[in-house]
Amino acid sequence: MAAAEFDIPVIKDDIEVPKLQEGVMAHAKTFPAAKPVQDSMGYPHELGEDWKERALDKMGDLLGKYRSLKVFMDACVHCGACTDKCHYYLGTSDPKNMPVARQDLMRQVYRRYFTTAGKLFPKLVGAKDLTKEILDDWYSYYYQCSECRRCSVFCPYGIDTAEITMAGREILNHVGMGQKYSNEILSKVHRIGNNLGLPGPALADTLEGLEEDIEADTGVAVKMPLDMKGAEVLLVTPSADFFSEPHVESLIGYAKVFHAAGISWTLSTHASEAGNFGLFNGNYESMRKVAMRIRDAALELGVKRIVVGECGHAWRVAYSFWNTLTGIGYGGNDPFSIELQKQLDPAYPQPQHICELTNDLVKSGRIKVDPSLNDDLVVTYHDSCNVARASRMGTEPGGQFTIPRELIKSVVNNFHDMADETIGESTFCCGGGGGLLTDDLMEVRVKGALPRATALNNVIKEHQVNFMAMICAICKAQFTKVLPKYGFDMSMVGGVHQLVSKAIKLD
Amino acid sequence: MGLSTVTMIYAGMFYIATLLLVVGLVYKIFDYSRTPAPLKIPTTPAPVTQKGVVYRMAKEVVLFESLFKSNKWIWIFGWLFHMGLFLVLARHLRYFTEPVWFWVGIVQPFGKYASIMMVIGLAGLLARRFLVDRVRYISTPSDYLMLVLLIGIGLSGMMMTFVVHTDIVALKAFFLGLMYLDLQPVPQDPILLVHLAMVALLMAIFPISKLLHAPGVFFSPTRNQVDNPREHRHVAAWAARLDQKN
Repeated sequence: MAAAEFDIPVIKDDIEVPKLQEGVMAHAKTFPAAKPVQDSMGYPHELGEDWKERALDKMGDLLGKYRSLKVFMDACVHCGACTDKCHYYLGTSDPKNMPVARQDLMRQVYRRYFTTAGKLFPKLVGAKDLTKEILDDWYSYYYQCSECRRCSVFCPYGIDTAEITMAGREILNHVGMGQKYSNEILSKVHRIGNNLGLPGPALADTLEGLEEDIEADTGVAVKMPLDMKGAEVLLVTPSADFFSEPHVESLIGYAKVFHAAGISWTLSTHASEAGNFGLFNGNYESMRKVAMRIRDAALELGVKRIVVGECGHAWRVAYSFWNTLTGIGYGGNDPFSIELQKQLDPAYPQPQHICELTNDLVKSGRIKVDPSLNDDLVVTYHDSCNVARASRMGTEPGGQFTIPRELIKSVVNNFHDMADETIGESTFCCGGGGGLLTDDLMEVRVKGALPRATALNNVIKEHQVNFMAMICAICKAQFTKVLPKYGFDMSMVGGVHQLVSKAIKLD
Repeated sequence: MGLSTVTMIYAGMFYIATLLLVVGLVYKIFDYSRTPAPLKIPTTPAPVTQKGVVYRMAKEVVLFESLFKSNKWIWIFGWLFHMGLFLVLARHLRYFTEPVWFWVGIVQPFGKYASIMMVIGLAGLLARRFLVDRVRYISTPSDYLMLVLLIGIGLSGMMMTFVVHTDIVALKAFFLGLMYLDLQPVPQDPILLVHLAMVALLMAIFPISKLLHAPGVFFSPTRNQVDNPREHRHVAAWAARLDQKN
């Protein structure tokens, strides 16, 4: 089914804050999940008679389990600081894409049913009854949020719209309105082990093919071990790294790094996916179930270190949540945590990002690189949202900005950052994250990419940048698809370990 | 029977307003504190120690750091209002303690002129709700009214400070009387009575309004959490039960 035609925005010299145009994106509706998928996740597939009670019930349940939701519902003062910060507002002009307005879709219902003022004086405080129209709005706009947290940087109280979007999607699922894209992916992970539904033998075959390619290319027999018991490192990477372009170049980069450093490592068929779409849907149990595969594989294979490849939201889940969900990390003193902790090597952070690992190896001289091999490139770096605003690397705050850049600068001679207000903690989401990387949301994706495209265009004009590096599989897929629509070449998108792969000395 | 009806009404009004304010806030604060924050979600880059979190929170509450990054207009108007309010409130403490505390004495001139800052800040915030399309879109009637109420309190107070003095000696006796349960007559100056009624209204609606951002900010997980999930296992009680099932 072809999506509706839409105009590609024109890139200007600067990111402009548009005047609002009500309802311009109300038509955007991501494909709904069918019965079998909803069944497999334990959700209804259509609205029942009791949809309103179910929705309010679930809202009350979430309010009791998540302090973030409760505080964020109450604390907003409608100051408007966030209104010009979301890339989806900047790209579409639809006011419901302003973070505060997206939150208000839920807040107006929260006020009506859960607050004194909303129960007594609804019109005064903007409280609304929960109707099917409001549910439809939720379905439209909670899938026009990539959960990138940019708004939370700029809110005086740190209100994070992502938390509300996650709760909104969980409520929608609970009444039978699920998204085909994310829910199908989650059911594939639960059944087969990764987002792409790539089964073990197919993965083994793919890796063998890649080994042959690397040897043909470099003359060195770099291996990609699978399910190797007793390896030092378990690498968990997004399944897109196994066969998407340019992702696979990074996978080759990781393999070369381990080879050059003499580190024994393995991939796992059971834990063949770093990505965790349970994050996007706001369902704790679902996110935990996906994450538990990594714990199970680590215990089964007896590894000492767990390392994560180039994936944005996966790194958020790994860094911020794996210890909580699965005991991967330190500092737990309960039997569940200790079982895994005692096997892990305390000399390394667990989990560790591949950029932390490679950067350490380059700095210590344990692997050698020749940056002149990348002299055809003038490189910039796109901070992926989940890495920037929901994780850390290294020991200092902000290591997630400095470590990838240090690594890039060690393998590349020509590097220029994009404008300050578009990188680091203010980085603009690629526009395809948070469960939106689907063709049925192409208009949302294209328009959401406008701010990043504008910043990129400026460094191309000023510094002849011809390559934008990133460490997120979704960003890579989004940019290779969407940037050409703006007139950029898709080959300018690639991974950091893609650059390492070209510069690393294997002998 | 020495006390007028007006005094009785105003005494009752303040007792009720104080009760609503205190009980309401205690309830909400208790509610926030016992609602779990099951996941580590500080907005990064974030402090990696508890001391760092205290420092981050202090920068937010005193300097409005995130708002400064976000929008200089809201920051200047918002900060002038809040800082003005703080100094004005500090000056008002003179009505509630005998003798007047030493530092409250020092604050007196600052609090007087801070009222101008306060009202200018509020006026700027109110103007934005009319002039900026994005802010107009999100503003509910209560958003406008809250600013109008605060401006009303500020202006009526400034009237009494700069234009038509009220009987502050009797006023202090009235408030001390309320506090020590020995009711004294309230001065029947109309500007004062309007000022006091608006203040009582503000107190009563505080815990059922967006003014909950005041206690709320301290409970915001994106600001009050330490960024140390790899080093220390953070797990909510309800989530820990899932570990036992495995």
